[in-house]
Amino acid sequence: MIKMVTHPERCKSCRYCERDCPKDAIKPSGKMNAQGYEYMSVDEDLCILCGTCYTVCPDLVFELLEAEA
Amino acid sequence: MAKEFKAPKNIKYVGFCPGCGHSIFVRLMQEVLEEKGYLDKNVCVVGVGCSANVHGDNVYGDNKMECHHGRPPVAGNGMKRVRPDVFVWTYQGDGDAYAIGMGETILAAEQGFPISVFVINNCNYGMTGGQMAPTTLHGQVTTTTTKGRADYPINVMPLIQSIDNVAFAARATVTSPAEIRKLKKYIEKAVDLQMNEGKYSFVEIVSPCPTNWHKSPVDSCKWIDEEVTKVFPLGVFKG
Ligand SMILES: Cc1ncc(C[n+]2csc(CCOP(=O)(O)OP(=O)(O)O)c2C)c(N)n1
Ligand code: SF4
Ligand SMILES: [Mg+2]
Repeated sequence: MIKMVTHPERCKSCRYCERDCPKDAIKPSGKMNAQGYEYMSVDEDLCILCGTCYTVCPDLVFELLEAEA
Repeated sequence: MAKEFKAPKNIKYVGFCPGCGHSIFVRLMQEVLEEKGYLDKNVCVVGVGCSANVHGDNVYGDNKMECHHGRPPVAGNGMKRVRPDVFVWTYQGDGDAYAIGMGETILAAEQGFPISVFVINNCNYGMTGGQMAPTTLHGQVTTTTTKGRADYPINVMPLIQSIDNVAFAARATVTSPAEIRKLKKYIEKAVDLQMNEGKYSFVEIVSPCPTNWHKSPVDSCKWIDEEVTKVFPLGVFKG
């Protein structure tokens, strides 16, 4: 099974993911990471695991990985 | 069925500004090298500019060399001649390739050096603080054209495209998922042409530099889609 794994510490708040997510599942979290950027949060109920966020993210914040059973 | 999207293992951290197009290109290249099995069989020939952000231990392991400003195509040609089994690719900026290095850029294409040239065109000198480049648009404000550029940008594509020794020439951008996927296809094509046929390819990537454009990353992409691509049209121009 594929699962979304996020790395909020890498986020620089460019918002490309928010712009391109076809389900509008990604929004700013209101919280800041150690680099001082407001990172994004993913609504897992809306996410369809399409990988668009991985494709557009310059900072490797999103990965869709095969979850270990 | 959902598919895996796994970050390339060679990228330890991303050292570019928020929303910078360099980052997306770097990731795509690492994906292609990993998928095609060239991770330990490639040399990244780096120009001077923000591409030098890949120095240190953050990306590409030891397979990279920084050249004199503008000279990656000729340095890369030398490497390729002694190691034809290795994928040699240049990673340059528009200032590097079209200002100080214009001679080498054209020479490499004209001679058909068996390498692949990648130029990040962000319409300015990003690393040094956003000065005018040969690619700066007419009217574009930079730190050295504070009232907007009075003259006009250089588009190298018509010249590159006209050269017989060029196997593949294309221009992409990174402003949408569809464009990013196209860019990946261009990178794959350049790898195949070099490694299977010993041929020269040229790929320019129109790329946001939000820091020096004083625009948000999303607005930078909009500006590319609405204005920059009128001057630098996208697509495959040869091959
Ligand atoms: C011989 C020489 N001249 C000038 C410089 C200063 N310099 C460093 S990077 C750069 C331009 C970089 O612009 P570009 O190639 O477009 O790369 P970007 O940072 O925009 O990706 C210049 C002029 C230098 N390092 N060496
Ligand atoms: S200055 Fe521009 S080109 Fe350089 S890392 Fe920042 S956004 Fe990218
Ligand atoms: Mg530049």
